[in-house]
Amino acid sequence: MKHTLAVLVENKPGVLTRVAGLFSRRGFNIESLAVGVTENPDTSRITIVVSGDDRVLEQVMKQLNKLIDVIRVSDLPAGESVNRELALIKVGVDSSTRAEVMQIVDVFRAKIVDVGIKSLVVEATGDESKINAMEQLLRQFGIKEMVRTGKVAMNRGAKAVQVEKR
Amino acid sequence: MLDKDPVFKYGDWRIMAKTKMSGAKAVIESLYKENVEVIFGYPGGQVLPLYDALYDADIRHILVRHEQAAAHAADGYARATGKAGVCLATSGPGATNLVTGIATAYMDSIPVIAITGQVPRPLIGNDAFQEANITGITLPITKHNYLVQESGDIPRIFKEAFYIAQTGRPGPVLIDIPKDTQTEIIEFEYPEEIKLRGYKPTYVGNEQQIKKAASLILKAEKPIFYVGGGVIFSNATEELRAIAETIMASVTTTLMGMGAFPSAHPLSVGMLGMHGTRYANYAIQESDLIIAVGVRFDDRVTGKISAFAPNAKIIHIDIDPAEIGKNVRVDVPIVGDAKNVLKTLLKYVKPEHAKTETWNKKITAWKKEYPLSYKKDKLLRPQFVVEQISEVCPDAIIVTEVGQNQMWAAQFFNYKNPRTFISSGGLGTMGYGFPAAMGAKVGKPESTVIDIAGDGSFQMNSQELATVVQNDIPVIVAILNNGFLGMVRQWQELFFSRRYSETCLEGSVDFVKLAEAYGALGLRATKKSEVKDVIEEAVKSGCPTIIDFVVEREENVSPMVPAGAAINEILDLE
Ligand SMILES: Cc1ncc(C[n+]2csc(CCOP(=O)(O)OP(=O)(O)O)c2C)c(N)n1
Ligand SMILES: [Mg+2]
Repeated sequence: MKHTLAVLVENKPGVLTRVAGLFSRRGFNIESLAVGVTENPDTSRITIVVSGDDRVLEQVMKQLNKLIDVIRVSDLPAGESVNRELALIKVGVDSSTRAEVMQIVDVFRAKIVDVGIKSLVVEATGDESKINAMEQLLRQFGIKEMVRTGKVAMNRGAKAVQVEKR
Repeated sequence: MLDKDPVFKYGDWRIMAKTKMSGAKAVIESLYKENVEVIFGYPGGQVLPLYDALYDADIRHILVRHEQAAAHAADGYARATGKAGVCLATSGPGATNLVTGIATAYMDSIPVIAITGQVPRPLIGNDAFQEANITGITLPITKHNYLVQESGDIPRIFKEAFYIAQTGRPGPVLIDIPKDTQTEIIEFEYPEEIKLRGYKPTYVGNEQQIKKAASLILKAEKPIFYVGGGVIFSNATEELRAIAETIMASVTTTLMGMGAFPSAHPLSVGMLGMHGTRYANYAIQESDLIIAVGVRFDDRVTGKISAFAPNAKIIHIDIDPAEIGKNVRVDVPIVGDAKNVLKTLLKYVKPEHAKTETWNKKITAWKKEYPLSYKKDKLLRPQFVVEQISEVCPDAIIVTEVGQNQMWAAQFFNYKNPRTFISSGGLGTMGYGFPAAMGAKVGKPESTVIDIAGDGSFQMNSQELATVVQNDIPVIVAILNNGFLGMVRQWQELFFSRRYSETCLEGSVDFVKLAEAYGALGLRATKKSEVKDVIEEAVKSGCPTIIDFVVEREENVSPMVPAGAAINEILDLE
């Protein structure tokens, strides 16, 4: 079972090492990880996807909370949150396939951000399954390079993950 | 740089707001603010400015002979006094030598402040001479650590470090200080307040949960307290005793909890687990309610976890939420300080509710039937030595090494008070006892401090004889000299058909001569009749003393739960 955690941390050097180190030391598995600063420049937010049952999830959250630089840990349930990943995919094309690739990109509401004679760079955002599906379709044309970010996620509605509990 | 430093006296009342001083002096001034009276340390290139500031500071510095001993001594000081212990080492090898001591303190939740020098900031990351990434190395074995990036942060970092080390679930904190930050001039202002958004330990237990616990207690017919180091750290021994006597429930302690409840109390069933008493293990296995306080359900305690206390509901009181539910399922979790929670719990239980009479009779019968024992013959057996120490020095602080000596010290000394049993429980660090005893004696000079040692363990830090002699720290080392790495030999005897692979230490050293070479007192006992006399002589001498007790070589620690068995599957090895 996969869980998505939003972890608010101090925006200081070394904090990511502490978080990542905790996962390896305790034998927890990170599926993906994304970090960035929040609306408050003193605070960063790490989105971590971790696999495990409820007991593992509970331990992960408790152990994260023990880190002095971790301010808050929230579980974002799949149905109640918006999840996004971004991918850049370089697809090999020639005059005969370019149009078809562009059509697929259109269907997925992705963007072409670079055009070359023999390749296109596609920028796609969406949840994991959408990006997987698109990757599948583009594969037949030859994917030369692909890079994906970790997932970022946010609660739907007014509920927010903030430093102070409401 | 240093000559620009204004002259002032340490601890001067005038040093209040914003006095200019070097980073090194700011360290000393911060230590004053934290009421540090002693540091265990060892100098080197990257702490020269710090040592220069120490030169005329009003803080006692004890020069150890190996940095590992500095960390253990700070740890022993902390365990004996309840205050944070401080150790200091240079960068690189000095810092890495602290690592075993820091890990030992971490596993047992001991407040230790480790200060290390670091190469100057411009050199960090360049593999400079004596550079080691000690904050990286100690990441998993510290509660928190700091690399000083700006000299002006020194006061804040020290304030936070002492706070973090000593509050919540205590633990070691390391502060790595680059040499150039030690010489820079800063404006010293010790912060009044601490701003740590991510650190707010919970001291007060949830009242609803405590009520739930009370209702379980009132219904229980076979309750038992299972208590550990947390009770000692939160000074909750009186509350524990009051509540145990109110509901008339027996108390078993972990190794770390020895001293939390008087060993001779009628409700005490002693230690549980691998080398616990039969009756403690039986009582746990048959109980219908375990009230666990300041413990972590360690594998040496629970044995085969799936077979642990099959009929019991569990109330778990601990200050660290992550310990609750980590190893066993818990019926009533209570996060909070043990003292606080027990005090509140006491309000909801009354003696007239106790339904434990039948249960207590059963436990008493077990106690009679399966006492801790050993062969009482003419031979000098290690258990006898511990019993004699208990008799001659009933109020001593007992520190142990690791191995059989540690188990016998736990089993056969009659503990009355908290902070009188000091031992490396979690990490099981051989070589811990002697330097920790040194630290305990420095913190509690009026107490008799005895390291119950093994011949193997003692040799891991015996160089500290020089330290105790030079600094006049009269600890007693009682070596239970069996000429073996006894605990390992015991496992080889039981599980490897007596193939004693590399566990024989015969002919290592003459411990009496070793003591004398360092200027300490060396005594020896080879017969039962000599034991009491040498202990008395050691106490009377008032100087650092080694007593070489030449004991039976193949004595075993008994009883014993084999690894992986349920704790009631316990064997007698006499
Ligand atoms: C630093 C370290 N190395 C190895 C061990 C493994 N070990 C545990 S007990 C023991 C034997 C201890 O021998 P000794 O100090 O003579 O004590 P005894 O068991 O004989 O009383 C060993 C080697 C350890 N606990 N710590
Ligand atoms: Mg031995």
